[in-house]
Amino acid sequence: MASIDISNVSKTYPGASAPSVSDINLSIRDGEFIVLVGPSGCGKSTLLRMVAGLEDITGGEVHIGDRLVNRVDPADRDIAMVFQNYALYPHMTVRENMAYGLKNRRTPATEIESRVAEAARMLELGPYLDRKPRALSGGQRQRVAMGRAVVRQPAAFLFDEPLSNLDAKLRVSMRGEIRRLQKRLGTTSLYVTHDQLEAMTLADRLVVLNAGRIEQVGAPLDIYHNPASTFVASFIGSPAMNLIDAEIRGSSLHIGATEVPLGSMQAAQGPVTAGIRAEDLQVTGHGLPFRVDFVEELGAQRLVHGHVEGQPLTLALTPDAALHDAFHLSIRPGALHLFDTRSGRRLPQPESGVFASRVLA
Amino acid sequence: MTDVTQPPGAAATLRRWWQRTSRPAEAAKRVQFDRPLLPWLFLMPQLAVIFVFFYWPSVQAITSSFYLEDPFGFGASFVGLDNYRDALGSAEYRRIAGFTALFTALVTALSLGLGLLFAVKADKVIRGRSTYRTALISVYAVAPPVAGLMGMMLFDQHIGPFVTLAAKFGWTMQVGINYWDTAFAMILVSVWKQVPYNFIFFLSGLQGIPASVREAAVIDCKNGFTRFRTAILPLLAPTAFFLLIINITYALFDTFAVIDVMVKDKPANNPITLVYKVYNDGFRGNDIGGSAAQSVILMVVVLVLTLVQFRWLERRVHYG
Ligand SMILES: Nc1ncnc2c1ncn2[C@@H]1O[C@H](COP(=O)(O)OP(=O)(O)OP(=O)(O)O)[C@@H](O)[C@H]1O
Ligand SMILES: [Mg+2]
Repeated sequence: MASIDISNVSKTYPGASAPSVSDINLSIRDGEFIVLVGPSGCGKSTLLRMVAGLEDITGGEVHIGDRLVNRVDPADRDIAMVFQNYALYPHMTVRENMAYGLKNRRTPATEIESRVAEAARMLELGPYLDRKPRALSGGQRQRVAMGRAVVRQPAAFLFDEPLSNLDAKLRVSMRGEIRRLQKRLGTTSLYVTHDQLEAMTLADRLVVLNAGRIEQVGAPLDIYHNPASTFVASFIGSPAMNLIDAEIRGSSLHIGATEVPLGSMQAAQGPVTAGIRAEDLQVTGHGLPFRVDFVEELGAQRLVHGHVEGQPLTLALTPDAALHDAFHLSIRPGALHLFDTRSGRRLPQPESGVFASRVLA
Repeated sequence: MTDVTQPPGAAATLRRWWQRTSRPAEAAKRVQFDRPLLPWLFLMPQLAVIFVFFYWPSVQAITSSFYLEDPFGFGASFVGLDNYRDALGSAEYRRIAGFTALFTALVTALSLGLGLLFAVKADKVIRGRSTYRTALISVYAVAPPVAGLMGMMLFDQHIGPFVTLAAKFGWTMQVGINYWDTAFAMILVSVWKQVPYNFIFFLSGLQGIPASVREAAVIDCKNGFTRFRTAILPLLAPTAFFLLIINITYALFDTFAVIDVMVKDKPANNPITLVYKVYNDGFRGNDIGGSAAQSVILMVVVLVLTLVQFRWLERRVHYG
C-alpha cells in the first residue's frame, strides 16, 4: 500500500503534434479510491498507463510510495492492473491466471496457493478455478481479472474501464463488489471510467479530465454541487445541468425577457452562463415561461424537455405531477450556478434566496 | 453377424476417433435443408474438382501399383504386392527415405524457427514496419523453380557468392558433386523459400494476440524471454500446429522443383527425396508400377503423420 504522486506529468505520443496529457498534478493518499473521469479521448487511459509503466512519461514525475518510478519496469512498480477486456491468459486456467504473476516473482508455492484460495473465496470463484477463461461469462472473467490483481497484494490497483464490457445490471453489482473489496483491502486505487454514475458511486475523490488537463478534483458531491466550470457541470450529473445564456444587471439575472431577482448586488455584471439542474426547477404560478417539447418517462421521475426564452431546458418532475403544454418555473433557493460565458469558469455564487422571477412587460 | 455400430479392429478405432473429433463442429453449425438433394448440388463443383484432381489420380496410382507395366505401353500384368516389396526391400530406397526424413525434419524445423524469429522481430518494429514486412514476404512470390535457379546461382562453382564465402572459411563447396554440399544447398534454398510463408502466419498470429494480454503479461512477468515462452508462445500454438502440417507437406512434396534444378543432369550420387525418386523411376526409368507403389507409400506416410498430428497435437493447442 502506498501513496501515488503525480507531478507535472505530460505525455506527447511520438508523431503527435499536441500533448495528450499535459501538466497533471495529483496526490493520491494511501488507501484512497480515485476515479478519473472525462469524455472519450481526454487522456484518462494515457495517464493511467503512465502510472502503470505501459507508456513512457514525456515530462514530469510519478512517485509510487516514495520511489520515483519513471524509469522502473512495469513489473517492478508493485501495481496490478485490471483491463477493460479482462486480458486473461486464454491458455491458463483461472487458478493459473491468478498464480502467474506470483510465480514469476518467485513466491513460495504454499503462499501462492493460500492467496489464490483466499481471492477465490472473496470473489466467489471457487467452482471455476480449474476452468479456462473461455468457459466463463463476462462477469466471471472480470472477477478473475480482479482476483489476479488481488492476489498480488500490490501497492496500488489500476483499473481501466473494467466494467464497460458488462451489461447494465452486472455493472451495478460489480461496482458494488469493487468498492467493497477496495474498502476491505484498503489498497490505493486509480480507476478510469467515462461513466459518470460509476465515477460518483466509487470515488473518494473524483478527477474530471478535459482534453488532457485536470478540470476539477474533489469529493463526488462537492463536484456535483460546486462544479468548477461549465464542462464539469455538463459532464457530472444526469440529466446534464441546464446551461442558459443570461445577463446580470445589478442585482438580478435576465434570461431573455424574464428577470430573476438575486436579492443582492452581484460582483459579476454582464453576460453569464446560468447553470440550473433539472431537479432544482420548481413549477410555480409565475416565473420563467417554459414551453414543453417532449416528455421522457423514467419511472421514478419524468424528464420534461422544452424551451425557456428560446433556449433548451430540461425539467425533472415527479411522475404524479400534472403535465401541461406550458409551465412557469422558479429556481430552488441556492441552486443557481453562475459561470463566466467566455472561459466557462465558475463565478462567485449569488447568496441563497428565493429566486421568484417576474416577467417584464 | 457383427454389430454395425461396433465394427471390429482398426476400422472401429478409426471410426471412434473420427466421431470424437467431428462431433462438436457438427453440433455447432447445422443448417437444415428442406430437400435432401440441394446440399449435394451445392457441393457438386467442389466434389468434381476433388474427384478429377485427387481421387481419380489416387485410384489410378493405387491400381497401377499392383501391376507391372510394359515400358512401351503394351499392356500390364498383375504382380500383387511385388512393387511394394521391391521398393521397401531396396537398400537405395531406404537410404533415400532416411535422407527424406532428415531433410523434412531440418527444413520444417528451420523454416518454422526462422519464420517465428522474424515474426517476433517484425512485431516489435514500429517504424519502417511495412517495408520490413514487404521485404520478407516478397520472397514468397518467387516461384519454386526460379527459387531453385537462384539457389543454383548462389551456389555456382564459379560465380556463386555463397561458394566464395564458404571458401573464405576453408570450405570448398561443390554443389551438385559432393553429396552433403548439395544437401546443404538444397535445405538452405528450401528453407529460404518457406520462411516468408511461416513469417506471414506467425506475424498475423502475434498480432491477433490482444494488446492488453501482452500488457498484463508485462506487468506479471519481468523477464522478456520467460514472458514470451509462457504467455505469448502458447497462444501461437494453433498457428504453429497448422504450419507444422503445411511445412511437412511442403518439405515432402513442394520442394520438388528446388531439388530438380539442383540435381538434374548431375552425377548420380546426389541427395534426393522420395518424391523425386517417384518421378525419376516413373518418368525417367519408365517403371510406372514401382513408381506408383512408392507414391502410395508416401501417401500413406503423409496420411498417418497428419492423423497422428491431429489426434495428439490438435487438442492441446486450441483455446478458443
Ligand atoms: N498510441 C497512441 N499514439 C498516438 N496517440 C494516441 C495513442 N493512444 C492514445 N492517443 C491519443 O491520446 C489521446 C488520449 O487517449 P486516451 O486513450 O488516453 O483517451 P481516454 O480518455 O482513455 O479515452 P476513452 O474513454 O475513449 O478510452 C487521444 O486523443 C488519442 O487519440
Ligand atoms: Mg481509455
